[in-house]
Amino acid sequence: MTFKQKQLALYGILAVAGIAAPFVFPAYTFQITVMWVMILFAVTWDIMGGQMGYNSLGNIFFFGAGMYTCAIVQIGLYYDVAQYTASYGAIKVDFTPEQYFTGLVLGIIAAALVCVVFAVILAHVVFGLRGPYFAIGTLGVTLSAGELTGAWEYVGGGGGIALPVFPGEPDDRALMFYFMGFGLAVATFLFVKWMFSGRFGLAANAIRDDEEKAEGMGIRTMRVKTTGFAVAAFFLGMSGAVFGNMIGFIEPLEVAFPSVTFGIFMVIMCLLGGKGTLWGPVIGATLFHAFKEVTWTYMLGWQWVMLGGLIIVLVVFFQQGVLGWMQEKWPELFGIEVDEGAIATALAGPEIDERPHRGEAAQ
Amino acid sequence: MMDNLSLLVQVPVLNIQLLLDGIFVGSIFALAAYGLALVWGVMNVKNLAQGDFVIMGGYIAWWLSIDVNIWIGMPAFNFDFLWISALHISTTAIPFLEFMKPAIHPIFGLPVAVVVMFGFGWFIYITIISRVIGKDMFTSLLATFGLALVISQLLNLAFGPEVQVAESGFEVNSFFDGMVTVANIRFISLILAGLLAAMVITFMKFSRMGQAIRATAQDPRAAKVMGIDTERIYAFTFALNAAICGAAGALISMIWVIQPFFGIAHSIRSFVIVTAAGLGNLPGVIIAGLGLGVAELYSGFVFGAELQQFTVVGLLVAILVWRQIQQSRHRQPVQ
Repeated sequence: MTFKQKQLALYGILAVAGIAAPFVFPAYTFQITVMWVMILFAVTWDIMGGQMGYNSLGNIFFFGAGMYTCAIVQIGLYYDVAQYTASYGAIKVDFTPEQYFTGLVLGIIAAALVCVVFAVILAHVVFGLRGPYFAIGTLGVTLSAGELTGAWEYVGGGGGIALPVFPGEPDDRALMFYFMGFGLAVATFLFVKWMFSGRFGLAANAIRDDEEKAEGMGIRTMRVKTTGFAVAAFFLGMSGAVFGNMIGFIEPLEVAFPSVTFGIFMVIMCLLGGKGTLWGPVIGATLFHAFKEVTWTYMLGWQWVMLGGLIIVLVVFFQQGVLGWMQEKWPELFGIEVDEGAIATALAGPEIDERPHRGEAAQ
Repeated sequence: MMDNLSLLVQVPVLNIQLLLDGIFVGSIFALAAYGLALVWGVMNVKNLAQGDFVIMGGYIAWWLSIDVNIWIGMPAFNFDFLWISALHISTTAIPFLEFMKPAIHPIFGLPVAVVVMFGFGWFIYITIISRVIGKDMFTSLLATFGLALVISQLLNLAFGPEVQVAESGFEVNSFFDGMVTVANIRFISLILAGLLAAMVITFMKFSRMGQAIRATAQDPRAAKVMGIDTERIYAFTFALNAAICGAAGALISMIWVIQPFFGIAHSIRSFVIVTAAGLGNLPGVIIAGLGLGVAELYSGFVFGAELQQFTVVGLLVAILVWRQIQQSRHRQPVQ
């Protein structure tokens, strides 16, 4: 089999596994859905963080913005949002199946579009910042978004909003959200793969390597960065909309703008898998989520300490990630050709001219 | 919101209260920010765990100021999580030695916090910071973020999530017919903060070590050539920063409140101050620190307590944007 065929076979197996998973493990549908969302997080973070060298700590902002936009659209189509949130439980809220699905679909679309608009606006604010300032600036944006939403009475403030209830069986609901999450993750992956296979990928990597030179070579860096940010925002916004509906209740600090949980998870997952690669984030997210789901409940309050320790260890000792490590170990698996001759020459050191030179002989 | 604003105009005495309180907390913010600027300037490490060092110092002073059982013995026979039960002093444990720790006044807890944090800072430098020092800037940011997570969670496990105050037991003075109340401890803390800052600055200016630190900040390679052990300088600088944070934390625990998860807010405050003032600008750090304290209290009063946190992060974003606009004026196309 050629490399291409192997790749196709791999995609086929993964797709079948993804479709079959909720039927094979019906008890874990929710966890697997979250895993797909995690993969989406990691892949979208990698657009900016890995490929373009803009390490954002605030990408989760779009997740929350999408979540809230979707909620407002879903409720606002049929009710007064302020009334709905203020008198939660007092007025009878009833969504017919038709209303529910229209609201959901429109909400997801609105979430994606609003997030793109946010991304374009934010791009002008944060992209002048470099290095750590960028990371801290984006973190600041997300933290302030969370605090502001918490003080915004229209959307229920810190109390949050309960989203419309799914009209149907719980099993159908779980399956629907599973396939939404799965579809989104696959779409994100394929889109990013397509995007980075062309000119855009080269431009992004040029920006990562040396932004000034890239600009000098005629790359419109601002446009490339904004596009990358907007693509990440587009998918993150949709994932937020789906995730919010899956949870059923959204709240600003823990669910919508969780900068110390999901916001930092996406960075760790990329680092774990190997940032700046296509499959690294996917592998990292899968490993991290599986590890977290298995060990979290056994750690009795120590999970956060462990998480912090994991970040430190990853950052200090294992920067290249799983995929980077594999690429170093077995380069031929990845189609990387290692020029043995060049390495041998490099190891042997430069040719040394041992003849005495004029002027040096006297010393 | 407008009510509160008009209240400020109608009762101008309230302004004095807010200003004074702002200066009291702001002086401590400036102290912590000075430590951040020191580490940032000398070894180019952005310490996101700065606020957690502060909170840790606060907990040391607070813990010393209360009567607690010191307990040495075998933990419960719960072998899966020995250390966890040791922290939550279990009832089924077997004590070898148990006695009451005498309570120490938090002002005397301050030097203890300084010494303990100095050692802790040195330890953190050797284990973590020395490994990220030469790497790209995001690495140090992320590593210290992990450290911040570990510290805050450990504090939470050890002392619980309650808000704590170290009771100093000083009198509260009122002025203007009780409109303005100032606890004596606040004056004392302001004086202590000033004294500490003066000590650190004198140390940096005149001692051999301070000179070596400044030389390393200017050019580590040249300093090395001149016979300065830069590795030791880095370790000392980081430890000094942790000690400053410990002192700031002890003061915060007396005049304000501490809680395991307040660290990130203190870190962001330090970043706001340093970004606004610029590196190596000492008067700027002091003014920005006091200004931030005042701004935070005013916004807390005018907009309500839920937006007080937002003021800090909002100011951070605003300052970053403002700096950017300022910088873009200097940015000129190559001719």
